[in-house]
Amino acid sequence: MRIVVCVKHVPDIQSERALGPDGRLVRDGGDGTINELDENAVEAAVVLAEQARDAGDEAEVVVVTVGPDDAEDAVRRGLQLGADAAVHVLDDAVAGSDVFGTAAVLAAVLRRLGEQAPVDLVVTGMAGLDGLTSLLPAALAATLDLPQLTLAAEVTLADGAVTVRRDLDHAVEELTAPLPALVSVTDRANEPRYPNFQGIMAARKKPVETLTLADLGVDPATVGAAGARTEVLEAAPRPPRTDRVLVTDDGQAGARLAAWLLERDLVRTTPATGEVL
Amino acid sequence: MATVLVLLDHAETGALRGSVLELATAARDLADGGEVHGLWVGDEPVDPALPVLGRHGVAVVHQVSTGAVDARLTPVLAEVLADAVRETGATVLLALSTFENKEAAARLAVATGAGVVTDAAAVERDAEGRVVASKTVLAGTWTTRCAVRTGLAVVLLKAGAVVSRHVDEEAPLAPELRTRALAVSERATRAALVRRTPAAPSDRPDLSSADVVVVGGRGTEGDFAPIEALADEVGGAVGSTRVATDEGWIGHETQIGQTGVTVSPRLYIGAGVSGAVHHRGGMQASGTIVAINPDPEAPIFEIADYGIVGDLFTVLPQVTEELRRLRQG
Repeated sequence: MRIVVCVKHVPDIQSERALGPDGRLVRDGGDGTINELDENAVEAAVVLAEQARDAGDEAEVVVVTVGPDDAEDAVRRGLQLGADAAVHVLDDAVAGSDVFGTAAVLAAVLRRLGEQAPVDLVVTGMAGLDGLTSLLPAALAATLDLPQLTLAAEVTLADGAVTVRRDLDHAVEELTAPLPALVSVTDRANEPRYPNFQGIMAARKKPVETLTLADLGVDPATVGAAGARTEVLEAAPRPPRTDRVLVTDDGQAGARLAAWLLERDLVRTTPATGEVL
Repeated sequence: MATVLVLLDHAETGALRGSVLELATAARDLADGGEVHGLWVGDEPVDPALPVLGRHGVAVVHQVSTGAVDARLTPVLAEVLADAVRETGATVLLALSTFENKEAAARLAVATGAGVVTDAAAVERDAEGRVVASKTVLAGTWTTRCAVRTGLAVVLLKAGAVVSRHVDEEAPLAPELRTRALAVSERATRAALVRRTPAAPSDRPDLSSADVVVVGGRGTEGDFAPIEALADEVGGAVGSTRVATDEGWIGHETQIGQTGVTVSPRLYIGAGVSGAVHHRGGMQASGTIVAINPDPEAPIFEIADYGIVGDLFTVLPQVTEELRRLRQG
């Protein structure tokens, strides 16, 4: 069982995040971290590998990231969480890539890894908590021509097939596909472990392979800002809210709120009929 | 002149999802004298929807059947979209910004080279004719405008982003219905649907498109009755935080946040919600934010237009009661 997990280095969600004049995310804040949802992806992969080993099979988990120097922290974290090896694509020409450029680079890494030994499963988080498009898993599956089982809240492997449960707005679905396949997981899939001291020490000895676009045979013109299919024209911080009201309930705050809502026409002025469009 | 294609999301009953008509309105503005075409994927009856689509300027409706293959599988949907784009020569595709549509859009984009903008709050053409979409990013703290640089622009609009308008003509279009069957590839069904359990139908509006959303968090301690009572009084949807769904107090489909539903209603009322960053990421773009929480330090007060430090079990029933009284009085 060989599982590859794609992870992303993003600004810490708790920190002040900003866009630069070029409309790109400012990534040099120094408080970057592994995308939280990618910890769920690593955890899912490590658990599946443990299960394979328990069943007497060999198993390996490889974490992969694409990004500047700092991005190595993301794969290091993956190693601390139990992955066995890492790949970091480090190339200035990657800067400004959109999701399709990133998918093309990750696909090239997957093909290279596949030449060394077959990859059974690719796992990603459901979305990057920076851009939050959630397009990457499906784009990567399509690029690699793998079956996709996305937004998994539960992942199980059996008899050479992967099965997931996913919760959508209007339904709960169960999907299954033969391996190799791509799975993206939500934060409901598991509770990522906290790396212990041994895990952190062991991670230092694990290999991180650094690759360039040339190593991967990817044409720099097809990725990075040059290859991006959309262009940010403007980026502006949301103006602060004005006229804010903060009161402590004196027993009548609810009644005053009701009047405030009606004054501002925020709720209908006629009673609800039950018919809502 | 351009053909703009609109994905006509509908329920399994065949009823159009509410915000589809908003897409048709946005499509008319982008068509620039060209036609708006609708794409109806599946065998559900389309006839009842045709008059309303005509009133909203849809000239042609393509009903595509995938036969025995389940069109709710997003790789299947992606192939239908690619086929419809080829068939119509559309240069713009508009769809609702749902997880399913994002997946299909991602695959369509890999197949066609299209540029994609998700979670758009508005879309227009700039002076050069490019499709430009606006969206909020970084948990609603920034606003961006993005131009699509490719020949096909795919824009996924958030529910409620556009106010839908009828066409001005006295005699609205009767859309032409073109039906066809599409044989999808084997690769689109390699991930097979084992089981699908539709969510229980609700009398309340859809969370993602509701005008008013009333949300309960940890502070409800599992009692959503006051949340539901206020939501019903104002015709709103009920939402929740991650804690509330993890505790099993309410269904996962109500969870608002970066990994749940993203909402941007005209009015958001959060009760017993602390405003953790994940939740804020799913609601910060709301028009007016009201927060009720006993802890004056709760982060939600930083973004609330109207904050009440108090107990939701006394404040909310009073709001509901007073609204009822004032509106009847």
